[in-house]
Amino acid sequence: MRDVAILGVGQTKFGELWDRSFREIGIEAGLQALVDAKLSSADLDALFLGNMASGALIDQEHIAPLILDYAGLGRRHLPAVRVEGGGASGALALHQGYLAVASGLYDYVVVGGAEKLTDVPDATAAEITSSAADHEWEVVFGATLPGLWALIARRHMHDFGTTREQLAQVPVHDHAMGSKNPLAHFRNKLTLDQVLGAGAVAEPLGMLDCAPLSDGAAAVVLGPLEIARRHTDTPIRIAASHVACDTMALHHRKEITTLESTVFAAQRAFAHARRAPRDVKVAEVHDAYSISALVALEDLGFVEKGHAGPAFASGQFGPGGSVTVNPSGGLKAQGCPFGAVGVAQVVELVRQLRGEAKERQVAGADLALAHDVGGTGATSVVHLLERAA
Amino acid sequence: MSIARFWRETPRRYNLGGSRCTNCGTVYFPPRGVCPECTHHRQSIEKMEPFQLSGDGEVYSYSVVHEPAEGFEMQVPYVLALVKTKEGPILTAQVVDIEPKDVRIGLKVRATFRKLRQEGKAGVIHYGYKFAPSEDTETSIVPRGPAGAVRAAGVPERDRAPA
Repeated sequence: MRDVAILGVGQTKFGELWDRSFREIGIEAGLQALVDAKLSSADLDALFLGNMASGALIDQEHIAPLILDYAGLGRRHLPAVRVEGGGASGALALHQGYLAVASGLYDYVVVGGAEKLTDVPDATAAEITSSAADHEWEVVFGATLPGLWALIARRHMHDFGTTREQLAQVPVHDHAMGSKNPLAHFRNKLTLDQVLGAGAVAEPLGMLDCAPLSDGAAAVVLGPLEIARRHTDTPIRIAASHVACDTMALHHRKEITTLESTVFAAQRAFAHARRAPRDVKVAEVHDAYSISALVALEDLGFVEKGHAGPAFASGQFGPGGSVTVNPSGGLKAQGCPFGAVGVAQVVELVRQLRGEAKERQVAGADLALAHDVGGTGATSVVHLLERAA
Repeated sequence: MSIARFWRETPRRYNLGGSRCTNCGTVYFPPRGVCPECTHHRQSIEKMEPFQLSGDGEVYSYSVVHEPAEGFEMQVPYVLALVKTKEGPILTAQVVDIEPKDVRIGLKVRATFRKLRQEGKAGVIHYGYKFAPSEDTETSIVPRGPAGAVRAAGVPERDRAPA
């Protein structure tokens, strides 16, 4: 296996992009990443595209060759592969691209993630994305994605004394971070009272505990580390890329307050890179719901199980804390275009490790972690990134 | 969802028919063809037998849902719960016949056959299980409140859950 580096990154604005089509945003992110990597399209060997539900959302399947075609590469007959893993589709596509370069089969690979959620009404988009849960045995009985995460939240509060106010700290934090991100869906700051006073979605979660339905795309260019300096002065090495899965339905887990897929993906990633959670200075973690972030911080090993609520409220994961979480604003503020999320997390972390994150820059960031989840944790993906020596 | 897709699950959705691994004894709902608990999965192939759940259980976690799943628009707010059956499997289902504010973790419930939802323009009705209280909710013996309070009383609530 060869070492793999990230040579270039690109990302569209996230939000309600009414005037832009799926193929437009997909191509914009990919071409930005190519230019950033100082690569010509003639150098490319393959495309991997993360996307959750284009068929249901925009009546279009077979989207990997579509994006390749409109990027001007259709006649070069490159391989283009779509990767799907619910909300973890983007991170899963990155894992596939990493494997392809590490194996030596391909040298230069574009990994994209794209989703267009606002071409259908909100309720339809919510229904379509709920298919990341078990349709036959959860959704048919009245479950929604926020409803299932609310079951996790209620049990976390019951078992560990986590409070409603501690949950509400997550969106307050995310919006404070997102306010410095020009690509974010939301750049307004939130107060605790606004989060607590928002309409209920699935108790104890309210509207402002939930990430929005966004459009957006992100892309990275991967290549072998040994020739990375031909393309960039600051190659970022993928120190680990690991995936773990769990039961499809939440109700089949022995514990619902922990996502074992996250625990296993993180343990494998840290073992692979011979690093520990304490070495990580900046992280993008899955916070589709406020409870998701608290559970993730525990399962990734940043804080003991059950202690994330008080730790988060104390500022441990804010600027100047032991690890700065979601400098992009996370899924909550930067936005949640499902298949794009996992790639966008890595785009932000590459900018952090290069020292190009401007107002959002986390001082001394040299090891970064990205964590993406599909559904209620049937899939988790963890990437560790570091500045190449 | 096509009629056949719902209809083929009738034995499970109407009657709580699960399965049991005759190799290790673990009970599953919905039924499985292979046992995840057996160290060597192949030991359980062809050894899963039908098993009837009693329908008795207790609330393991719950949420009051205000933004509904498709087909549940007329039922909001409704209680979505994880119900731990006395035979072991946990089910995702609604808890009904109780004020949402009175639902709590540990509440004893029993399965009841109900209309789940009506789907699409054809108006196909889906029936299946929901759960209703099987204890007097006014005279509950199950402690309320956060885990800290329960632990202070000396009995972790998790230990009270039936096996």
